[in-house]
Amino acid sequence: MSERLVTERISPELLLTYYKKLLELRLFEVKVQELYRNGRLPGFVHLYVGEEAVAVGVCSNLETPDLVFSTHRGHGHALAKGVPTRIVLAELWGKATGSSGGRGGSMHMYAPEYGFMGTNGIVGAPIPLATGAALSAKLRKNHQVVVCFFGDGAVNSGSFHEAVNMGAVWNLPVVYVCENNLYATEMAFLRATKNTSVASRAAAYGLPGVEVDGQDVIAVHEVASQAIHRAREDGGPTLIECKTYRYVGHHEGDPGTDYRTRDEVQQWKQKDPVKIARKLLLDSGGSNESQLQAADQEVERLIDDAVEFAEKSPEPAADSVNDHVF
Amino acid sequence: MSEQGRVINYGDAGVEALRDEMRRDPSIVYIGQGIGPRGGNFRQTRGLWKEFGDDRLRDTGICELGATGVAIGAAMAGTRTVIDEVFLDFALEAITQIVQQAANISYMSNGKIKAPVVIRGAMGAVRNAGAHHSHTFYNWFANTPGLKVVLPSNPYDLKGLFKTALRDPGPVALIEHKSLYNAKCVVPEEEYLIPFGEARIVREGKDLTLVAMSRMVDLATKAAAVLEQEGVSAEVIDPRTIVPLDRQRITDSIKKTGRLVVIDESPSSCSFAAELLAIAAEDCFDELQVPPQRINSLPVPNPFSPVLENQMIPSVERIVGEVHKMMKSSRRKA
Ligand SMILES: Cc1ncc(C[n+]2csc(CCOP(=O)(O)OP(=O)(O)O)c2C)c(N)n1
Ligand SMILES: [Mg+2]
Repeated sequence: MSERLVTERISPELLLTYYKKLLELRLFEVKVQELYRNGRLPGFVHLYVGEEAVAVGVCSNLETPDLVFSTHRGHGHALAKGVPTRIVLAELWGKATGSSGGRGGSMHMYAPEYGFMGTNGIVGAPIPLATGAALSAKLRKNHQVVVCFFGDGAVNSGSFHEAVNMGAVWNLPVVYVCENNLYATEMAFLRATKNTSVASRAAAYGLPGVEVDGQDVIAVHEVASQAIHRAREDGGPTLIECKTYRYVGHHEGDPGTDYRTRDEVQQWKQKDPVKIARKLLLDSGGSNESQLQAADQEVERLIDDAVEFAEKSPEPAADSVNDHVF
Repeated sequence: MSEQGRVINYGDAGVEALRDEMRRDPSIVYIGQGIGPRGGNFRQTRGLWKEFGDDRLRDTGICELGATGVAIGAAMAGTRTVIDEVFLDFALEAITQIVQQAANISYMSNGKIKAPVVIRGAMGAVRNAGAHHSHTFYNWFANTPGLKVVLPSNPYDLKGLFKTALRDPGPVALIEHKSLYNAKCVVPEEEYLIPFGEARIVREGKDLTLVAMSRMVDLATKAAAVLEQEGVSAEVIDPRTIVPLDRQRITDSIKKTGRLVVIDESPSSCSFAAELLAIAAEDCFDELQVPPQRINSLPVPNPFSPVLENQMIPSVERIVGEVHKMMKSSRRKA
């Protein structure tokens, strides 16, 4: 992408904020991976490494009251929506200061105060929930937009079909964002379905479907911007398919090499969203190397601070186990 | 419950509760199949669409999973909703949303997100509907932390409990019984609420305690009348809500009479009757004079044949027969 394009499509300042966010998501997950491998974090984690441009490109269009519903691979969505690294990491650590006070963990973390309506342990389930939240927004006429992230694995579920159909027929302010990373666990998308174009499925429900390069944060931002604007103006839902890839295994502990080739992984790493954004900033003269190093250090400090905060945070009181069931 | 006043049926009592609450709280949205202009398969929303229109009575296609998730998601975002599964059986299409999302959300979010949703469905055997349209799995719901379970056995309770459900932080499973829609009793036109967790003493007695839920309350009451003729005084208790459960009132009665029979339309294994027997063992062991008994439906899918289905489901005769056996058996303690 040339300098001209960068300046036309996005200001260097804005691109720098996206870059920092991309890096935050990346370094956060790399830190989680390290902590997890060292046995510091309980539970299971699904890391977002490689897919950062989707969350950042989409969420950079949202206001705090807008709502995001996420997946099992949702740390990046939470951070991109503005949930502080501290309380996301503390939740992964099961600490009382976590976004769910340690009751949720990676796949059940909620921060409605930031418009983050949860990661989710059930594939497909957030799609109806997001559609319902959009119904609520529409009835309350508050110009709130709801974004629902889900993987390619979710689009073959009944939840996807039923909810997208309802979102379309009721013309709800929701944007359906599929992160097509080509695999659901080990299952290649082309082994799971005959029609591998998720965007084309929109036609079945009568809403627009758009495909976009999910490694290009600017491209994602632009496509999402239109869809979110449309939703906000009561123009109804859009289905966006982001072509992306996870560099890591399905979950921490899965080598991720039985069902895909090293070549394939390497090829996708050539299209690294963090590197692409960094190069763009340098090539366009939007930032120089020393500015970027300062940005990198700022993000590193943010992650270090989150680790220190989470590590030092108290465990939940054991006798609080019965709280908040109802 | 009074003997005098306006008499209406169960279906109308539900409509009245809904109408009152939808007028009072303009945020309530009702979602389901055939609940708009049609007025509900069981006439359970008759007249409401005319008053509240498409925005608030939202007919859906046949998509219980999606529609239930939509109702829950709307509730999580602050809109009070009712999802009418119509037949409780159809809630099975949506069970993941009810159990995994609605019931868990308060806990998973550390109390930050509530789902004020009423999951409404009609259960039980009626007119030989067969295996796919007769389930009574409220015990599954009762075994799901985070879900309240309401089983109105008559029009008065339905009105008061439904109104409470529509003000509860939720989620609430409001489970009606299909064969009760034409049951009648006195229902005041004025506003009243019935708190959750308050059992009703349907009739007082001193020789034994009959605990029954939903339609079984009527059978228990009829059995008590037969037993009274024979000089046996049965106390009949309707928990009305099984989550939360009025453990106190039920165990007080068992302690008083020393005998317990539970009548429950679900099959016995892992049923709510089993739970009540366990409670009796835990709290009333010293006062029980004979082993407590449960009368459940037989553990078979609901058969179509009237002869077979009658054989399956508890009857007044079966209740009276079990009580006879119990009263004959010798006291465990003097
Ligand atoms: C209903 C349901 N079925 C199965 C699983 C187990 N599971 C967790 S993640 C996953 C794969 C999901 O793939 P996709 O939606 O493409 O998301 P990705 O992991 O690729 O981000 C599966 C099968 C689940 N969590 N929920
Ligand atoms: Mg995938």
